[in-house]
Amino acid sequence: MTLDELPRSPGEWLKGNGPESDIVICSRIRLARNLADFPFISKASRSEKSEIVTQIRESISESNSKLNYFDVERMSELDRQFLVERHLISRELKEGEGPRGVALNDDESASIMVNEEDHLRVQVMRSGFALLQAWEQIDDLDNRLEEHLDIAFSQELGYLSACPTNVGTGIRVGVMLHLPALGQTNHLDKFFRALQKINLSVRGLHGEGTQPYGDFYQISNQQTLGKSEPELIKSLSDVIPQLIEYERKARQTLLTERRQVLHDQVSRAYGVLKTAHTISSEETMLLLSSVRMGINLGLIDDLEIAQVNELFINTQPAHLQKIHGQTLAVDERNVLRASFLRKRLTEMRDGPPSE
Amino acid sequence: MKCERCSKPVTHHITDIDKNGDWQEHHLCHDHAQTFLEESNEIDDKPKKDVSELAKAFISQSGKSAVASESATEKRICPLCKMTFQEFRNTGRLGCPNDYVIFREELMPLLENIHDETRHCGKTPHRAPRDTQTQTSLIQLRNDLKKSIAAEDYELAARVRDQIKELESRKSVS
Repeated sequence: MTLDELPRSPGEWLKGNGPESDIVICSRIRLARNLADFPFISKASRSEKSEIVTQIRESISESNSKLNYFDVERMSELDRQFLVERHLISRELKEGEGPRGVALNDDESASIMVNEEDHLRVQVMRSGFALLQAWEQIDDLDNRLEEHLDIAFSQELGYLSACPTNVGTGIRVGVMLHLPALGQTNHLDKFFRALQKINLSVRGLHGEGTQPYGDFYQISNQQTLGKSEPELIKSLSDVIPQLIEYERKARQTLLTERRQVLHDQVSRAYGVLKTAHTISSEETMLLLSSVRMGINLGLIDDLEIAQVNELFINTQPAHLQKIHGQTLAVDERNVLRASFLRKRLTEMRDGPPSE
Repeated sequence: MKCERCSKPVTHHITDIDKNGDWQEHHLCHDHAQTFLEESNEIDDKPKKDVSELAKAFISQSGKSAVASESATEKRICPLCKMTFQEFRNTGRLGCPNDYVIFREELMPLLENIHDETRHCGKTPHRAPRDTQTQTSLIQLRNDLKKSIAAEDYELAARVRDQIKELESRKSVS
């Protein structure tokens, strides 16, 4: 597998076919792990980082995990950004220094970042609300890697991580939600404050340090020590169905009380995407967010969620440039994005052009 | 926590590192910490000198004045990664797994603050490192086994071997 083959598929997390996928975009679990015999990244020399990469790559191939390794240090800026947009690497890994990389499986459901904040950041993403499936997959992958690695662990404190906020289980359980109707009410802040009281955090699309945008939110655990992985997963599994329920109710209320306004908003968004001649990635995301809600409410009937998801991913800057085959300035990208949207939306409505 | 050599409470957590980079944790009361440091200086001066001096600094700061111990904390250095607590405060990132031992006193309240808990509950690696006491006992027993076999005392060797097996089977219990 090469990176150039990836844009042809939407990636596991944007498939749009998982449980509750009208509201839950994807479920994500990551585990932070470190090798016992090396300093953490901030104190690791270049040669130590190289050795860490070597040991982890060996463990990946010995564990028969069917993952392909990509060297992020030697990768072009465009490819790094491309992987960030697909949520396969973090911004921290993209902007890091020294030997580092990522191992991916073919359907992009699993990724292992090497030499990010911790030596290993194992991640599994599943479409829709599927935390248990994600846990089973990542637990198995983690077990197989650990058979070949000496992991930093203490009986008292669990898995030892570079940042004390991850110590213990090293687990971050997250669910990415699309909450456009709740976003139009004044209740969202209230819900989020309630979540924070039970140690859950609310973040933007790209996790830590990012602002929510286009009504997409990530909800994840903050506590990692003193509770087992299934308990921490349950703390999210218990609360997410309530949020889904509130969002559904808010959507129905909007439909009955403000149907015309809502239909107008959704149709205008769709209209702009079909006809614009230059458009930024931010505007595209906001409009696609409206269109996505319109499909879920039956206000748009000639487009599917999976197709909107494909547009979400492929209209991001690095994806657009990779599909186009060259780097472009912002203005050129905006023109290309608009023409890509016009073309794809026509094809999606009328079926693909005959070959 | 009790001192590993007597029943007094632990005041010093010492990480002892040899020239091969292997390390052992010791949890000792004030008196035994001093005895330990004197012993380790007698046995092997060079590689342990830094650690001993470091640990002496711990002792000189213990329980005297709050101000003095604060600044000593800031200056304390992990012998493995050279991280100071001051540096951790500035960056929020630790330098190596051993820092959890070296800066234990400062980290535990922080962990309680972040997680409301101070003890791991959950997954354990298949290759879980044993606790320090068990590790030490295992090393001792394996030495005993070697000696008893060399002395052709097979009865003793069999007993020691059983003890080793028993300790090894305990590895996954948290």
